[in-house]
Amino acid sequence: MLELSNIDAGYGGFQALFGVSMTVKAGEAVAVIGANGAGKTTLLRVISGLLPATAGTMTMEGVSLRATPPHKIISTGIAHVPEGRRLFPRLSVENNLKIGAFIPAARQKFAERLAFVYELFPRLKERRAQLAGTLSGGEQQMCAIARALMSGPKLVLLDEPSMGLAPVIVAQVFDLVRRIRGEGYTVLIVEQNVRQVLRIADRAYLLEVGRLKASGSAAELAASDEIRKAYMGI
Amino acid sequence: MFTDLILRSPPQAGVSKDGRERNASMDCQLDIFFLEAVLNGLLLAGLLALLALGLNLIFGVIDVVWICYAELVMVGMYGIYYAHKGGAPFILAAVIGIVLVAAAGIVLHQLVIRPVLDSAPINQLLVTGGVLFFLQAAATMAFGIDFRNVGIRLGSFNAFDMSFSYSRIITFGVALAAMLLLWLFLSRSYIGIAIRAIAQDRQIMPLMGVDQRRIYMITSAIGGGLAGLAASLMVLQFDIYPQIGLQFGPLIFMICVLGGLGNMLGGFIAAFIISEFIAVGGSCFATEWGYAIAFLFFMVVIFIRPQGLFGGKS
Repeated sequence: MLELSNIDAGYGGFQALFGVSMTVKAGEAVAVIGANGAGKTTLLRVISGLLPATAGTMTMEGVSLRATPPHKIISTGIAHVPEGRRLFPRLSVENNLKIGAFIPAARQKFAERLAFVYELFPRLKERRAQLAGTLSGGEQQMCAIARALMSGPKLVLLDEPSMGLAPVIVAQVFDLVRRIRGEGYTVLIVEQNVRQVLRIADRAYLLEVGRLKASGSAAELAASDEIRKAYMGI
Repeated sequence: MFTDLILRSPPQAGVSKDGRERNASMDCQLDIFFLEAVLNGLLLAGLLALLALGLNLIFGVIDVVWICYAELVMVGMYGIYYAHKGGAPFILAAVIGIVLVAAAGIVLHQLVIRPVLDSAPINQLLVTGGVLFFLQAAATMAFGIDFRNVGIRLGSFNAFDMSFSYSRIITFGVALAAMLLLWLFLSRSYIGIAIRAIAQDRQIMPLMGVDQRRIYMITSAIGGGLAGLAASLMVLQFDIYPQIGLQFGPLIFMICVLGGLGNMLGGFIAAFIISEFIAVGGSCFATEWGYAIAFLFFMVVIFIRPQGLFGGKS
């Protein structure tokens, strides 16, 4: 579904990604793990066009993403839940969801998808008229995921969904991710919370200072001594 | 300074135009003159709120202040004047004016604002300030310094010994209706919600499939269209000349800043506050005093609450 090959990217004179190649197949949940500053967020920003790649090729179901303007990438079926959730704090929950369905193809299915995400997250339905900025952290993450689903994506990019949340809520957020997987979405998730994310992912890539250092099934990586020592504190 | 412009026939001390007598030394009393002043302030507020709304919309969304906003209104007034003089019925002339200034808004954005979008705010102020003087000079060259008037007289509505010109009543009604329509647009339509969203977080808009450049163009057209609508209402009340923008431009900025720059609701309320200062202050003392008191109030508020009465963007 998603193919990256030898992607370079950076900010100004600082290069953050070096020749990253990876694939995500339809129906998979793939995790990208690594330390703070390893380039995980940059990788997602490059895929969704927020940051242009400087070299390499990137395709979504055969469509070149580097040749697609940033605001059209969502129409290829990629929805990005950004780091820190980035809801529109002074819009209601429902208007946040409406913005998620901004693209013409999604507008026609707005009512149907709204009913779907409200069924998936009943809490959001209760709070639909509330300003998004007044939601709790866990509810905001729910709303951010729901907003991404409103565009009708095939692939959902999740950037650190557990960041800044209390441990109890973190478990709930990983449960959310498991549920949207169960709904048939393909998921590419970036996390520092390595132990938990490897439990819900099928495969994982390890990123270190902008380079892919390892890849394999989630079970393999979780069993690797190196990763256990460096990222799981064992 | 703005006196005869904004309040063409302020209730003056002495004998007013309709022959009512009023003692020049009489201070504020809760009489019919006071009520008339309050109601006239209300009518004035509609127009000022409409003008402030356009400026606040542009700032709230694009983060640039169109210092030349009042000059766009001036351009619209000339457009309406010449369209009407050329034979167009007034309503058609007004529509032409609105379209003209909406187009001017797009041109202003593309040619002047876009190149400085990421520049320091002072540079953005300077370029739009440059447009202000350019438009004034160009209008003087093109139209001369004569005062022009579309020549439509609507008369006034009299009740209980009070008098309100129909042009002000219509202005108030149309301005309120336009603001209501804009509010519906911003709260219901996809584009409208995107306009509000972009004011809150512009970086992630591409993730929503929103093309920022397109939203900026649409917002500029709406901001210009509101200036054109204000122009079509103002030609009913005021003479047109190249410097007319200087008469109400500073007042609009004061209202926007008082309400919290970029805060559309705040600007709306501030327009009513300032108008009442002008109208009631002008009625109790001399008209000039109304402005002096309004600006004094403004300065005191800004000392105490630099972000404006109602804070920043909404």
